[in-house]
Amino acid sequence: MSETLNLLLLATWQTVYMVAVSVLIAAVFGVPLGVLLMVTGRGQILQNDLLNKVLGTVVNVLRSVPFIILLIVLIPFTRWLVGKAIGTTAAIVPLSAAAIPFMGRLTETALREVDRGVIEAAQAMGASPLQIITRVLIPEALPSIAAGITITTINLVGYSAMAGVIGGGGLGDLAVRYGYQRFMLDIMLYTVAILVVMVQLIQVAGDLCVRRLSKNR
Amino acid sequence: MIRIRNLTKVYRSASGNVRALDNVNLDIEKGDIFGVIGLSGAGKSTLLRCINMLEKPTSGSIEIDGVEMTRLSPNELKEMRKKIGMIFQHFNLLSSRTVRGNVAFPLEIAGLDRETINKKVENLLKLVGLSDKAESYPSQLSGGQKQRVGIARALANDPKVLLCDEATSALDPETTLSILNLLKDINRQLGITIVLITHEMNVIKQICNKVAVIEKSRVVEQGPLLEIFSNPTTEIARNFLKSVTLSQLPEELKDRITNLNHGHLEDKIVKISFFGEITAQPVISDIVRKFDVDANILYGNIDHIQGTPCGTLVVELRGNNGGTGEALEYLKKLGLNVEVVENV
Repeated sequence: MSETLNLLLLATWQTVYMVAVSVLIAAVFGVPLGVLLMVTGRGQILQNDLLNKVLGTVVNVLRSVPFIILLIVLIPFTRWLVGKAIGTTAAIVPLSAAAIPFMGRLTETALREVDRGVIEAAQAMGASPLQIITRVLIPEALPSIAAGITITTINLVGYSAMAGVIGGGGLGDLAVRYGYQRFMLDIMLYTVAILVVMVQLIQVAGDLCVRRLSKNR
Repeated sequence: MIRIRNLTKVYRSASGNVRALDNVNLDIEKGDIFGVIGLSGAGKSTLLRCINMLEKPTSGSIEIDGVEMTRLSPNELKEMRKKIGMIFQHFNLLSSRTVRGNVAFPLEIAGLDRETINKKVENLLKLVGLSDKAESYPSQLSGGQKQRVGIARALANDPKVLLCDEATSALDPETTLSILNLLKDINRQLGITIVLITHEMNVIKQICNKVAVIEKSRVVEQGPLLEIFSNPTTEIARNFLKSVTLSQLPEELKDRITNLNHGHLEDKIVKISFFGEITAQPVISDIVRKFDVDANILYGNIDHIQGTPCGTLVVELRGNNGGTGEALEYLKKLGLNVEVVENV
């Protein structure tokens, strides 16, 4: 029993670690990417057709590669970046690579929902594009961006199940290696139960954040 | 103050070019409350947005205080915009900020220090009567209160000009009146030139001293309000005036007039429109005495525009031996607009 428990604890920790770091990286790079996608769009404050097209294409390509393929394709890049191609830390690289463009699109959508009139009002007051981004767009879209981070986190929990392919470990890997390949049904059930609880917790926490942020609006 | 010359704005789109403004010329003096009236789609919103370059004119010139707006660099334009306040039909407040935060916003943009901002915000909130709502969020305010926040925000950087984009169109009549009065006070106390666009003649009548009528992308009429009111030269201006003066008789009255019309041949029902000074003269009792006619007032309406009375009377005249005809001649000679109502 204690061996099972140890397995589960380790795998849970690995999943939490991979997802947490990846979502952090996704937010740090994905939100600015989303801002760029939005402001360079047609009719927006920093319209730039070329940049918008290039960014949009890169995002679409990254998002259309199946994650399992991305894991493998990125191996040389991962080795160059973190010095190794297998293990839990190495898995963070492909996870982030998948989550950044996703977060970018969600952020872009969130920013697009900001009332045009409010942007226009800021322009009429003589605000610069940077001031509009930092003082109007992001604060106004913050609840939606928080909701986007929640969705990205839950997506990453799902992706992390495939991290076993490059030895990343985690709950999904445990379920496959023990639950499926060794017919240990109990481990399979435990891992699924933990994943369900984990996703529930993320959703509840995310909703709470969104509600906090949109208080009084 | 604001000089607009040959302003043209063309929107290019796949389905062809749309001429939103066609060779517009306007002169707005310092201290004016200048109203631009037109139906939706006439181009008035584009005109207003060209003044602070939210829309880039296709050709023509816009001068504010001698500064040619169309030739400013992005940085110069930002500085200039700080001196041009703007308020909107849908208020466009930041939902993430309190009333205080919203009013502070343009001051932060201008880079003022915290202390100055706080002091200015207090004064502005006092000016618009919202000191007790400083910590409320826009969603907790009524439409009128939101527009007051909008006004306080627009005034924050001590502008010389205030642009009003259908500022009262989303408000009920009572709130509209209070907002208009606030704008009038601001114009008087702070000497700020106001340019407002609207589709409601009532708004123009209430506060403007000058008006331009815009139709199909062109300014078809402009001048002091009283002039336009007393002598509208275009159909569109007359139509707008109908909404605030009595041009359309009430239904109930029409039935009565139809019945009365079957009476004596010389009996006439006349509509007399009067304007200004003449209102003070006892014209009705004059004609009764001079021409031996009986006058029965069926309907009347007197209004004040910029302090000048104007109105309409519907009078039934009954006379003998040509008295009615002479009375009508007399009224016309006095400069009154007299119209015999025959078919209603």
